[in-house]
Amino acid sequence: MPEVGLDGQRRLKAGSVLCIGAGGLGSPAAMYLAAAGVGTIGLVDFDVVDFSNLQRQIIHGTPDVGRSKLASAKDRIVAINPNVHVETYEVALSSDNALKLFEPYDVILDGTDNFPTRYLTNDACVLLGKPNAYGSIFRFEGQASVFGTKNGPCYRCLYPEPPPPGLVPSCAEGGVLGVLPGVIGVIQATETIKLITGIGEPLIGRFLIYDALRMRFRELKLKKDADCPVCGTHPTVTKLIDYEQFCGIHPAAPEPTAVHAHSNGTEISSVELKQRIDRGDKLTLVDVREPNEYQINRIPGTVLIPLGEIPRRYAELDKNDEIVVSCKMGGRSAKAADFLRSVGFTRVLNHRGGILDWIDKVDPTQPKY
Amino acid sequence: MATRILIPTPLRPYTDKKDAVEAEGGTVGELLADLTRKHSGLKAHLYNEQGKLRSFVNVYLNDEDIRYLEKEQTPVSPGDTISIIPSVAGGME
Repeated sequence: MPEVGLDGQRRLKAGSVLCIGAGGLGSPAAMYLAAAGVGTIGLVDFDVVDFSNLQRQIIHGTPDVGRSKLASAKDRIVAINPNVHVETYEVALSSDNALKLFEPYDVILDGTDNFPTRYLTNDACVLLGKPNAYGSIFRFEGQASVFGTKNGPCYRCLYPEPPPPGLVPSCAEGGVLGVLPGVIGVIQATETIKLITGIGEPLIGRFLIYDALRMRFRELKLKKDADCPVCGTHPTVTKLIDYEQFCGIHPAAPEPTAVHAHSNGTEISSVELKQRIDRGDKLTLVDVREPNEYQINRIPGTVLIPLGEIPRRYAELDKNDEIVVSCKMGGRSAKAADFLRSVGFTRVLNHRGGILDWIDKVDPTQPKY
Repeated sequence: MATRILIPTPLRPYTDKKDAVEAEGGTVGELLADLTRKHSGLKAHLYNEQGKLRSFVNVYLNDEDIRYLEKEQTPVSPGDTISIIPSVAGGME
């Protein structure tokens, strides 16, 4: 291709990209970067391949279930292009290791799934002067941009503060159209290739929004915020901070990975819930998932009130009852529990770990999703 | 004057699953107030306890961020579209 040419190909071969996450976004991105001949691809992930990943994390296959994502991803990359040098980092990205990890790479590809890591990646990129090929997804909508360039905006210019835990459902809770990260991941890879070869117009100062269901792409303008604490004219963030704290996640939270709402310690475990049900305790069990989820699995005796309908329908519940709220993993139910308490319910318990934990600990006969 | 407000996926549970809502108002602030009157479940997601627009939700008038226009005082013309763009983090799992 004349726009790339031998020069461009050489630049790619000399180039290096660090993919944070070998999951939904990292999978297609890493594969296409390997196919494009990027010289060095680094992968950061500490997870193990699970069946539920295969619907979208296409770098992994059924035979890889149970293997480390890094091992699986490396095999696939090398099969696509044996000339790619793959570096694997089986760590959780943190303020202690990010700067050192990012330093040797030309472009960072952000394929993570939680707010603390997104802010960490952003800040580290700005501090080091590395461009950040950003992408994120939710259900069937995706976003993409390039942050962290010298004259362009960074993630904090767009979102100075993260949402409090529990206000935005995670992918694992909300579900995601499998093909969606495929599109966004390859867009990130496309931007990465453009940044390395210097061709085309990267998404600097441009926020691409993709709606898969309507098949529409929109573009919004992003401005570099002169008052941005990280990339502005007078930065106040000059080193990496505690991002969990920044995102309002308490260090002793029972769930170490996903961003779940806290619920003031009034929770109940699956085992305890089963014991109380068997004992004949009078409990009102409320499931706040969507009808299509309820069809797949449920705790017997639950009434379904989807989270979005709780503000309208909580009067169906008796304030004098002891209420246990469940969802898939405990995030949405924590939010619902907080809401119920805010409107005067005093005996509300969040079911910690949700239906998935119930299936693990109490009833393995039900299917997971 | 009725203006279309595009609702992002994470907020659709609070608008009866609608992806766009028509609202009345001459400024962005008036439109959003009308929106949260029609769909009260949205209020907590858009506004904090002090009644200020939350900073992890961006509001665009067509393709411009209202922070760089006149914020909630930004006037709206016929044919304009308001977009609400919340930050989402999904990608790895």
